[in-house]
Amino acid sequence: MKPQPVTLKILNVLSVLLFLTALGMVFLYAPLEETMNYVQKIFYFHIANAWVGMLGFLAAAVSGVIYLVKHDQKWDIVELAAVEISVVFFLIAILAGSIWARPTWGAYWTWEPRLTTAAILEMVFVAYLLLRQGIDDPDRRARFSAVYTLIGSISVPITFMSIRLFRTIHPVVVGSNSSASQGTFSMTSPMLITMFFSLFTFSVIFVDLFWHRIRLGQLAQHVEQLKLEEHQ
Amino acid sequence: MKPGASGYKPASSLPGAVVAIVWKDLAAELRSRELLSAMLVFALLVILIFNFALELDPGTRRVATPGILWATFAFAGTLGLNRSMAVEKDRGCLDGLLLAPVDRSAIYFGKMISNLAFMLIVEVVVLPVYSVLYNINLFNPGLIIVILLGSIGYVAVGTLLSSMAVQTRTRDVLLPILLFPVVIPILIAAVKACSGFLQGLELTEIMPYINLLIVYDVIFTAVAYMVFDYVVEE
Amino acid sequence: MIAVKKLVKRFGLKIVLRGLDFNVQEGEFVALLGPNGAGKTTFLRILSSLSRPTLGEVRVSGFRLPDQAAAVRRNLGVVSHLPLLYGDLTAEENLHFYARMYGLGNRQQRIDDTLDLVGLSSRRRDLVRIFSRGMQQRLAIGRAILHDPDVLLFDEPHTGLDQDACDMLDGLLRKVAAQGRTVVMTSHDLARVEDLASRFDVLSRGVITASLNRGELGEGNLLTFYRQALAG
Repeated sequence: MKPQPVTLKILNVLSVLLFLTALGMVFLYAPLEETMNYVQKIFYFHIANAWVGMLGFLAAAVSGVIYLVKHDQKWDIVELAAVEISVVFFLIAILAGSIWARPTWGAYWTWEPRLTTAAILEMVFVAYLLLRQGIDDPDRRARFSAVYTLIGSISVPITFMSIRLFRTIHPVVVGSNSSASQGTFSMTSPMLITMFFSLFTFSVIFVDLFWHRIRLGQLAQHVEQLKLEEHQ
Repeated sequence: MKPGASGYKPASSLPGAVVAIVWKDLAAELRSRELLSAMLVFALLVILIFNFALELDPGTRRVATPGILWATFAFAGTLGLNRSMAVEKDRGCLDGLLLAPVDRSAIYFGKMISNLAFMLIVEVVVLPVYSVLYNINLFNPGLIIVILLGSIGYVAVGTLLSSMAVQTRTRDVLLPILLFPVVIPILIAAVKACSGFLQGLELTEIMPYINLLIVYDVIFTAVAYMVFDYVVEE
Repeated sequence: MIAVKKLVKRFGLKIVLRGLDFNVQEGEFVALLGPNGAGKTTFLRILSSLSRPTLGEVRVSGFRLPDQAAAVRRNLGVVSHLPLLYGDLTAEENLHFYARMYGLGNRQQRIDDTLDLVGLSSRRRDLVRIFSRGMQQRLAIGRAILHDPDVLLFDEPHTGLDQDACDMLDGLLRKVAAQGRTVVMTSHDLARVEDLASRFDVLSRGVITASLNRGELGEGNLLTFYRQALAG
């Protein structure tokens, strides 16, 4: 296995540092919100993970299309890496959201648009992984996975828009004046800074893990190659 | 008959092949009736289960009807999709279809239309039965159109995904897992629209959902048609 | 009729065909021999346009695969060990279906002639589901020649047939080949193949290791030839 490039090593260290800083900012720098107190702080991580999870999904969809066009196996590795990591990030986002929801809305879960779409997206991820599990031939596996990410990436936004035809109770934190959403709070400057920093931190962590996962995929492929050569 | 003696080499047309496939599926099904009976019995059982699972008074029943209907169609639908593709896979017939000198989309459209036909047949039976069992009049033209539109979208994606699922090890189990998350917009729009028609709402209120169905149908039929090659060719 | 140059086929990382060369003239009946896993079925699938070559050039009837696949298919008949027939349709209906898929004119006449040729006219209205394996194979051959192709590919057609059925099949194969068609047949049954083919090729470890015309073979030496080809 190729040793980690310098950039990756730097990224590893950077990820840890940023995470610790973000943690510090969340607890020490960002002010306490009036109504929700400490519970609100989970919001910083929730948003970051959700956002990054969605970007990962986008990355998977793009990789899928590129694979279908170019038939280069490396795009399949990228696509799988993106989905595997996004599954986890998104799950964290959903769980964080649930923890926040209990004291705020009185329930761990409500069936409102964003949450429901999030659950559906997570299910698409899991379905993708199950699909891959059922196929042995690498070429077929890559083709089918790419097709499914394409279908999913078109369907999920449509799902979101269709659920949006319903009323939402999910707080529209940035940019909306509607006080009809329960749990909305206005963000002061330090909060905004913390949020964006959090977003940045998790993006870096995502890229770091993504890179590691791609390397793992390449290593796995290399092992397969060696096994075959041994038999031939 | 010496090869080539007939002189002309056959040229197959897309519509011709599509019609041939649809006819073949319907004729085979008419004879064995395996697929349809399975779907129908299953659909009726699902309705029965709902009856006990949801203890509904007449008022709530009205409200729950579209949901129950679409849950039934969705489940029975996967059964049909699975069986329809399994027939091709088991006896190698998919290869037979692929060997024909015709564009692959003919296979997609042919299977999609026959899948749609089976689903519609089941729906045509379920609606009156449900009407009678629950004393709710479902003979509503708007409702019927919604069911048609929803079924088209369901089958458009379902045919593509069942072509994939049938080529995996996990086969039958995999199709609902792949299909349901992706078909949610249809369920949402169809249930809302059916509900609207049953409650006698204004058409303007229902139109957004019908538009959604139409948009979904168009987009996914187009996408499925475009990627179908990748799913059947090696 | 068939011209294959340096054909390579890879499944993921596994290489099945390694730069295979293969040439068949019009009217030849080539028996393709080789151990299991040598790549015979893969090779036949590529020739029949069901699978794409990874590298190399494949031409059938002058048309190139995979670009001109449709043209190739028009002129190709394939019989594999799976029947490719619909059990719930009658023999006649099966042929009707394929006639329409191939866009054939004068359908009824062709179907009648084909059923006569394969000796199934009396069973035309019976469901294929109740046919014996031998009868199914005969009908499969009927399906394969319905559109009057110049090239026929048979993948181990004797599989699962008893002696009588095999004899009947051989009779049919001779009849069909005698009409001037080009035939490639894979088989494990050396004795049968010795009587049928005009040429014997051995596919081993992804390439053709030996090729011999019937005239050069002499009596009963096929087994020796085969063993030598595998060893060498």
